[in-house]
Parts: sequence; C-alpha cells; structure tokens
Amino acid sequence: MAAPAAEPPRPSLAKRAFAHPLFWPLLALALLLLGNGVFNPGFLSLEWRDGRLYGNLVDIANRAAPLILVSLGMTLVIAVRGLDISVGAVLAIAATVAAWTITRMTAGGGDGLAPLFAAVAAALGAAALCGLWNGLLVVKVGMQPIIATLILMVAGRGIAQLVSDGQILTIYYAPYAFLGSGFVLGLPFALFVVLAVFVALALLLDRTALGLFVRAIGHNPVAAHVAGVRAKAITLALYVFCGFCAGLAGLLVSANVASADANNAGQLLELDAILAVALGGTVLAGGRFSLAGSLVGALIIQALTTTIYAVGVPPQLNLVVKALLVLAVLLLQSPECRGQLKALVQRQARGRA
Amino acid sequence: MSAVVLHAEGLHKRFGATRALEGAGLTLRAGEIHALMGQNGAGKSTVIKLLTGVEMPDAGTVALDGRAIAPANPLDAQREGISTVYQEVNLCPNLSVAENLYAGRYPHRFGLVDWKQVRAGARALLQELNLDLDVDRPLSAHPVAIQQMVAIARALGVSARVLILDEPTSSLDEGEVRELFAVMRRLRERGMAILFVTHFLDQVYAVADRITVLRNGGLVGEYLPAELPQAALVKAMVGREVELAGGREAGAAAASDAPVVVEARGLGRRGSLQPIDLQLRAGEVLGLGGLLGSGRTELARLLFGLDRADTGELVIDGAKAELHHPADAVARGLALCPEERKTEGIVAGLSVRENIVLALQARRGWRRSLPRAKQDEMAAHYVALLGIKAAGIEAPVDALSGGNQQKVVLARWLATQPRLLVLDEPTRGIDIAAKQEIMAEVVRLARQGMAVLFISAEIDELTRLGDRIAVLRERHKAGELPGGSDGDQVLALIAGQG
Repeated sequence: MAAPAAEPPRPSLAKRAFAHPLFWPLLALALLLLGNGVFNPGFLSLEWRDGRLYGNLVDIANRAAPLILVSLGMTLVIAVRGLDISVGAVLAIAATVAAWTITRMTAGGGDGLAPLFAAVAAALGAAALCGLWNGLLVVKVGMQPIIATLILMVAGRGIAQLVSDGQILTIYYAPYAFLGSGFVLGLPFALFVVLAVFVALALLLDRTALGLFVRAIGHNPVAAHVAGVRAKAITLALYVFCGFCAGLAGLLVSANVASADANNAGQLLELDAILAVALGGTVLAGGRFSLAGSLVGALIIQALTTTIYAVGVPPQLNLVVKALLVLAVLLLQSPECRGQLKALVQRQARGRA
Repeated sequence: MSAVVLHAEGLHKRFGATRALEGAGLTLRAGEIHALMGQNGAGKSTVIKLLTGVEMPDAGTVALDGRAIAPANPLDAQREGISTVYQEVNLCPNLSVAENLYAGRYPHRFGLVDWKQVRAGARALLQELNLDLDVDRPLSAHPVAIQQMVAIARALGVSARVLILDEPTSSLDEGEVRELFAVMRRLRERGMAILFVTHFLDQVYAVADRITVLRNGGLVGEYLPAELPQAALVKAMVGREVELAGGREAGAAAASDAPVVVEARGLGRRGSLQPIDLQLRAGEVLGLGGLLGSGRTELARLLFGLDRADTGELVIDGAKAELHHPADAVARGLALCPEERKTEGIVAGLSVRENIVLALQARRGWRRSLPRAKQDEMAAHYVALLGIKAAGIEAPVDALSGGNQQKVVLARWLATQPRLLVLDEPTRGIDIAAKQEIMAEVVRLARQGMAVLFISAEIDELTRLGDRIAVLRERHKAGELPGGSDGDQVLALIAGQG
C-alpha cells in the first residue's frame, strides 16, 4: 500500500549531522587525533610559551599548510572534470625561482624587503604560467588532463634544475624565512596564508556565480556551453589558479627549510593532493566539490603522517601503515561500504538471536 | 483471445516523497502489440523499471505465464524472457555491431571467444529483422535507426517472450518508423508480446492491437483502438478535454512587415549546411521541417554560434553579427532549446532552480550574481507558468520526467527574455499535454513579439503552428510555404517532389 502523503518530518539533528557531507571526513580526523591522545596523553595539549602557541595540533596544521593550498587548487580543477598531476613539479619550480631571485638580489648586497617581494612575485608568476600552460593544453589543444599535466610533471623538475643549476639552493635571508617559520598573533604565518586563500575562495565561489558555473561545467560541460557559460575560459582560469596555489605552497616549503631542492621539493605531492580531495568528498568525476572537505582531507593526511612518527612505526613500514589507514578512512566514508557493514552486523545479530 | 503472457496488477512504488505508482497494472497477450500510454509522470517508465527488474515494487504482483516473478535486476528479467529496448540506445558505440549483439555472452571455443560464430550469429539475428549490415563496423558508423534495430536484435537474441520498446520511434523519421513497425509486426506473428511505449498517438493507431492507459500512477483502463477514438484516448490520458494549441487559429497572424530580428544571408558551413537565406520576424513562428539529417539541427547550431559559419553572414537587428560562442548569441537575445535534452539541455546534478537561472546568470557574467531571493522567485514563477512537476525548486533536475526536464530547459531560456527562441524538436519524447502546454506558451510569447524558430519532424505541428514554413532537404533549403499550407504540400517539399 502507498504510505500516507504526509510531509516527512524534519530530520533530527543527529540525522542531519550524519547526512552532512563533512561529517565523515571530520569524524575520521577526530578519531585520528583522539587515538593519538589515548596512546600519548600529551598529544592534544596546547601550550602558550613566549607569545606563541605550541602543540601537536598547531604543528599538524602548520605542516599541512602547503598540502592544503595545493588541494584547494586541485579541488577546483577536479570539479571541472580536470586533474593536475604537475603540482609537485610546479611547487619545485616556484621554490627554486624564489631561491634563485633571492640569491641574485642579495648577492650584490641588496637589502630591505625588495628581494622578498621580487621573489614572491617571480615564484607566483612562474607557477601561474605553469598553470596557464597546463590549461592551454587541456582547453585549447584538447588533451586529456592527466596526459597534459604529465608533461609538466616530468619536465617541471628539469626546468627547476635548470634554474637552480642542479644545486640545492640555500637561502640566507631572514625576511623570506618568516614566510615558512614566522609567527603572527602566536600562530604560524602559514596558517594565515591558508586562511586567506580559503576565505577568498569561499567568498568568490559563494558570492559570485562562479560556484554555479563550476558545478554546471563539472556536471555537464556541453550543456553549460550551450547555456552560454564560458566553460573554456573558466576551466583555463582554474588551471592557472591551481598552478598559483602550488606556487604559494612552494614559497611556504622553501621558506620553511630555507632552501630549494629542485629534485625533492613537493615529491609525490600531487598524489597526496588528489587523496585529500577524495577524502574530502569531492567527486572525482566532476561537478560536486567541497573546499572545506579538501581542507579536512589534507589535515587527515598530515595527521596520519604525524601519527605514524609519533607512534614510532619502523620507517620501513611507514608507507604500508599509511596506505592501510588511508584505506580505512576511505572505506569509512563510502556509503556503500557502510551499508554493507551495517547489513553484516545486523545479520550477525539476528544469527545470534 | 490469445493466452495471457504477462499480467501485472496493483503495482505501487514510491521514490522518496514521490508516489510514482499507485495501483498500476497491465496485461500482455501472446502475439499482440500493446501500447502503454500516459502523460509524463503517469508511471510508464516506472512500470517498465518494475517489469525489467531495475526497481522492485513496494506492492503488487507480476506474473509471467501465470507464475509470479520478481526479477531483481535486468539480467534476471532477461532470463525470464523479458527484454527491453530503451529510448536512448544503450549499446557501446565504439564496439562493432557483432560485438554489441554478443557482449556479455560470447560463445567460447577452446576457452577463447569464437569470433566466427559471433559474426555468423550476428548476421543471422539481423537477418530476422531484414537487415543486411556489415557487422564488423562500429555501431556508431550506423544511423540511429539502425542502432535501434541492433538494440532490438540484441534483445531478441536472448529468447524473449516479452519485448518492451520504450519510445523507440522518438529519434526516427517516418520511413524508419515504418521499417520498425514492419519488424514489430513480424515479431508479433511469431507470438511475441510487445509492449510499445510512445507519445505519438497516430503511431498507436497504426500498429497497436490494444491500449493500456495510465494516469497519475494508476490504471485508467485497457482499450481496443477501434473502440477508443483519439480524442477519448487523450481525455483518458490527461483526465480532461485538451485543446490543441494552434498558432494561426489563435487569431492575428504576424504581419509580414514586422521587423526582422534575425536574418541569415547565404549562411552555410561546409559539410553541414549549404548557404541558406532565412528571415525571422518579431512575433512570428517560423516552422522548420525536414527529414533527420536534412540540416535542421545544423542550421540551429549556426544561428546560435555553436558552430562557425564559413560562408554568408548573420544579421541581428540590422547589424552584422559574428557569433564565436553561444554566449555571444545569448548576449544578443538569442535562445536555443537543443535537440539533445540530456547531453546539451539539462545539467543533471544541479537543482531545478539552478538549471532555470543558468543562462540568465551566464549572460550577466560571473561577477553579477543573481540574488538568491530573485532566483527563488524566478524559478517558482516558471515552475508555475509551465506547470513543471517537481518536488520543489531545489529538487535535482534529474529526478524529473523527460517532459518536465524539457520544460526546465525552456524555462531557462524564457528567463533570459529572448528576442529569438530556437526550439529544436522541443516536443520529442514528451507527452501530449506537456507538448500542448509548451506550444501554447511559445505561441503566446510569439504574440507578444518574440520571434520563434520551431524545428519539428512532425508535419501537423508545422502546419498548425507555423506562420510560415521553411523546409530543408539534403542540407539546403528546399522552399518556403505560407502558413496554413496543406500538410501534403509540406510533405512534398520534404520528400523532394516540390
């Protein structure tokens, strides 16, 4: 029989929380941190010392900052059915360009903040150019995104080595180091960079029509085009933005270690970024995306890494343990998997009854 | 009377808050073609989904040869002998015809696929439908009509007792429809029970032995075509009398001195359309007819900047216009409801509201976002105006039936208040009431000064609605006729005897 046509009652708070797309990523993050807290009672404590906030939580957020930035750019590219696997190489390019600029400008006795601004501008400019190159290959040439960005992924480290002349460039310049290890209001400067980018993006996508266009392109690029949405221009801009984000990350990374390593900076970062996007609930096929989800996803990955070190997993097992934990988090997030688990538990319960 | 093959009754099905079926049912007999009729949302698709195991009923029974069955998936249903050909051909266009026919059930020999048998079997299957094809060519190399036949052949390949054809004719032209009917009749002779779902009333009378009508998820009744005149059938489907929307009967036909909104002068594109002259006047409906592949859609694409013309020019409001992108067309007040609703029309995944505001928002640019209150108001307005049946303006558009999706696309363009509205087959695959509502609205807007280019394969729609009728044939303009021309004159032009 048909059920009565009454309006379904408003679901309870718990139900709505369960249904919220951020619920499972946040739960995974909370479980990870709490798990650490159980093993290591001091893990979750925060301490105010010398006008700065110290603690593992701050540390995780600070270390995750480059990955978060890259993941935000990656989220938007994936939202329009794209992919950018060159972000690690672009990060290395930006890092070496910044280091090279500073080395050049401070060698002649240049002082003040000019080298800082020049380095930031040059690095971000180079990174945005890399993004433009990727975008043109995808939008104008019509290459598959994974292949188009594979080119720069491979060539990018070569370019970075040309810039650095094959050396690891060491930066002796205090203002630049502030980007990576400075504190503002007691918190690492990198967190403010992340916050600024995140808030700017959220406002841009929410307050303008860009969010609607991005989702329309991701769900159905042809229909969006027919409706008059400038799908290609937007897609191109998002690749540029993704490059820009990788550039920002490159600044943070190189400033943090006061050097630029063309070969190893941002190694395999593209995979972590894609993973962060997936963990955050963005659909890899395009259309549905969540910036907040990607942010949480990146935090999960960094929390995992920190956990592995904190627990003292033998180094040779690191990657295996990380993979297993990632698998567990992904399974926890999959509605199908949860449904099957639930059915299994119920069957067991019935079997016992 | 022949034996009952399949009997379904008391079918109930809910999808979330939507009650799709409330007591629907039908009875199929061996060796008959049975038409299943109803408006969009009447529950035809849901009945088919239940019969083919795509969905499970909440209540009700399905019996095959008197034995209750409950197929859990399409494969189950096929094993029971119920095969389906869907509206959109769902085969693999990149595979060969033979591969499509045998995919998933290749004959093996010594553990390897026996390609010789695949090819021979494929040829034999097609032979039964009087088709002689190169079975090694990819499916996409054949026209849609042939692809449809291949889909039917595949369905027959699994010893079917019941064949369900879900709107098989919606993308076929008249000759192809006749061929399909011949195939259906041949299958009927062999004792097959065929369930035929269509929106074309005349096709029902041409081929069906019996008619079942659904309305609002319930069963209205089972009829013999001879006992049910067309008007009564429409009334049974809609639940009330329906007036056929007429452009010209509606009184004051557009004056021929009305200003020309858009003019094509020798507009053409190599390989898709010979140079063509066409004038579209304010307040006038220009009907554009022609067979499939005659260049109708190509003309629409040129007018809208989806393809670039390589000869001739496009004049909009007396000024030459270069359209590089649909956005240029939208900026000049042009609108296009494309032929392919699913791929080029709706954006599945977005809500009804977002789909409706998309084109207007695109014209305003990304910086000037429409305030949410305005969006809500606009969406609610068009949902009411066009009678769009949806759970709400925030409902995902993919949850709507085909006709309602088409109305959403129309609403998207009406929201831009276009000066020229191009409708490419706007009534394809949608039911009679929705069709009339759409056409009545289009005619009303034309009377308020909008220019309309109405592309249709149905001659009676052209003659009823067109203030003028232009006909394309083999990618050039075959001629133009004044409004009120006889259907035979139009047909003569289309067929090339004019």
